[in-house]
Amino acid sequence: MISVTNLSKAFGDFIAVDKLSFEVRAGDVVGFLGPNGAGKSTTMKMLTGFLTPSNGEIRISDMAMDKSSKAIQKQIGYLPEGAPAYGDMTVVEFLSFIADIRGLKGQHRKDRIREVIRLVQLEEVLRRPVENLSKGFKRRVGLAQAIIHDPDILILDEPTDGLDPNQKHQVRELIKNFSKDKIVIISTHILEEVTAVCNRAMIIAAGKMLFDASPADLQKKSRYYQAISLHFTQLTDISGLAELEGVEDMEVDRHNGRVTLFPEGQQDLMPAVSAYIRDRGLQVDTLYQEQGRLDDVFRQMTEEVSA
Amino acid sequence: MANVITLFRREFSSFFATPVAYVFILIFLMLSGVFSFYIGNLYERGQADLLPFFNFHPWLYLFLVPAIAMRSWSEERKSGTIELLMTLPVTILEIMLAKFLAAWAVLGLALLLTFPLWLTVNYLGSPDNGIIIAAYLGSWLMAGAFLAIGICMSALTKSQVVAFILAIVVCFVFVLSGSSIVLDAFTGWLSPLLLDTLASFSFLTHFESMAKGVIALDDVGYFVIVIGVWLYAGLLAVEQKKAE
Ligand SMILES: Nc1ncnc2c1ncn2[C@@H]1O[C@H](COP(=O)(O)OP(=O)(O)OP(=O)(O)O)[C@@H](O)[C@H]1O
Ligand SMILES: [Mg+2]
Repeated sequence: MISVTNLSKAFGDFIAVDKLSFEVRAGDVVGFLGPNGAGKSTTMKMLTGFLTPSNGEIRISDMAMDKSSKAIQKQIGYLPEGAPAYGDMTVVEFLSFIADIRGLKGQHRKDRIREVIRLVQLEEVLRRPVENLSKGFKRRVGLAQAIIHDPDILILDEPTDGLDPNQKHQVRELIKNFSKDKIVIISTHILEEVTAVCNRAMIIAAGKMLFDASPADLQKKSRYYQAISLHFTQLTDISGLAELEGVEDMEVDRHNGRVTLFPEGQQDLMPAVSAYIRDRGLQVDTLYQEQGRLDDVFRQMTEEVSA
Repeated sequence: MANVITLFRREFSSFFATPVAYVFILIFLMLSGVFSFYIGNLYERGQADLLPFFNFHPWLYLFLVPAIAMRSWSEERKSGTIELLMTLPVTILEIMLAKFLAAWAVLGLALLLTFPLWLTVNYLGSPDNGIIIAAYLGSWLMAGAFLAIGICMSALTKSQVVAFILAIVVCFVFVLSGSSIVLDAFTGWLSPLLLDTLASFSFLTHFESMAKGVIALDDVGYFVIVIGVWLYAGLLAVEQKKAE
């Protein structure tokens, strides 16, 4: 378990992280969101014991970071921002080095190295120096290094940045499979990633916590949550739609004629809308309920802070 | 201890993964040859020893050791690997020791590879080989002191060039404070006691008898303390500056 109280970090006069408090329990997969410079990486650097907090306390597995950092670091796998690695080593040398430092031995060590190579698909670059790898492969080496000792806590700073779509999928699967009774914290700028792999979303901006709940709750904050989106095959008089019971507002996109109906509160408009269409014999080519647009919510929340 | 060995292996092989170690050893061998034969007149002296060779070591190390030391921490900080390293379960002390020992081993290797000189004097005459071995050990120890300064300077900055220049300046002070130029300049200005104190901080003063094969406890102690103090200062610098 990770418990953070009033965590702050100042660089000179500048406050990068401002009194964060949260707890993360086994099984949590946390998506750490926030605009550039929000303090995500700085927070992760403190969680992994690289930076010393200016204020506040970090306790992990009932140990205080300032007293037992080495014992804590044994339980953590960490992918730092930009996936730094020793350029002059080949991939297999680098992974062997990390395995040694992590205290893996004998057959287990061999098995783990083989396993991570398989998991992030590094077979084709094993004998190449890390500095000659493409950005995506470097990131994958960083991931392999982070999971080599099968840690209880995995902290990944933008793990899918620079990966191709197949690899993104692969890494998300990896995180999902990893996480049953462990802790995962990932930072990302890809909001769909949070709904895809996380069961908890935290948003920070200017070092302050803005939101901490499930990704579903985040979607509920969207104006588009459960809004009905539809498009008529022919030009149709739609004024009646706005008058329907429970519709708060209606918007029509001038360019493509798409109609969006926003519900009052959290009503389900679908039955009313489909009945309306059926009764009048209207022709629609699309009709669906929106899940909420995360980027809207994100923008709205974080712009308030920086404004 | 296991960590130090693992880190040492990585550091040591990284010297040979890049041309650094090869270039260093080559230049060291060339310069020590040039210095001993042309400037030190190893042949013409007509004595079977390696004194001219060892006498030049402080001046050789002054420029060459900072070149070996400059990347030790600067590179880690520049490339961000310091973040990786320091979030692994290893202490800064372990990393520091491994870095020092690895570079020191490269210096030792360079010294070992000067063995043709030793063969030469043995072929030409019959030197006291005990003295020569003692002088080799003394020289290696002094190289360690240069190295500790260089590593500390490397911990202070992300830039290898700045680390190199800082290291040369500091090493220069430590070498020069015992040279006749400085001591002569201060004679008359400073009391003999202060003058002795100044000279006693110098690598030259402590290496003088070592080069002749006399290993005295206080000279050894001096270099060991210098190594310890500078590595410790480097440790504090890393702790302070790791995040910048
Ligand atoms: N060593 C440092 N010295 C001074 N300021 C720093 C330092 N490290 C980070 N900062 C500042 O702290 C703030 C937070 O940086 P951080 O890297 O945590 O942001 P982030 O949320 O990870 O952003 P991004 O999405 O761009 O990765 C930034 O304004 C950054 O400039
Ligand atoms: Mg970041």
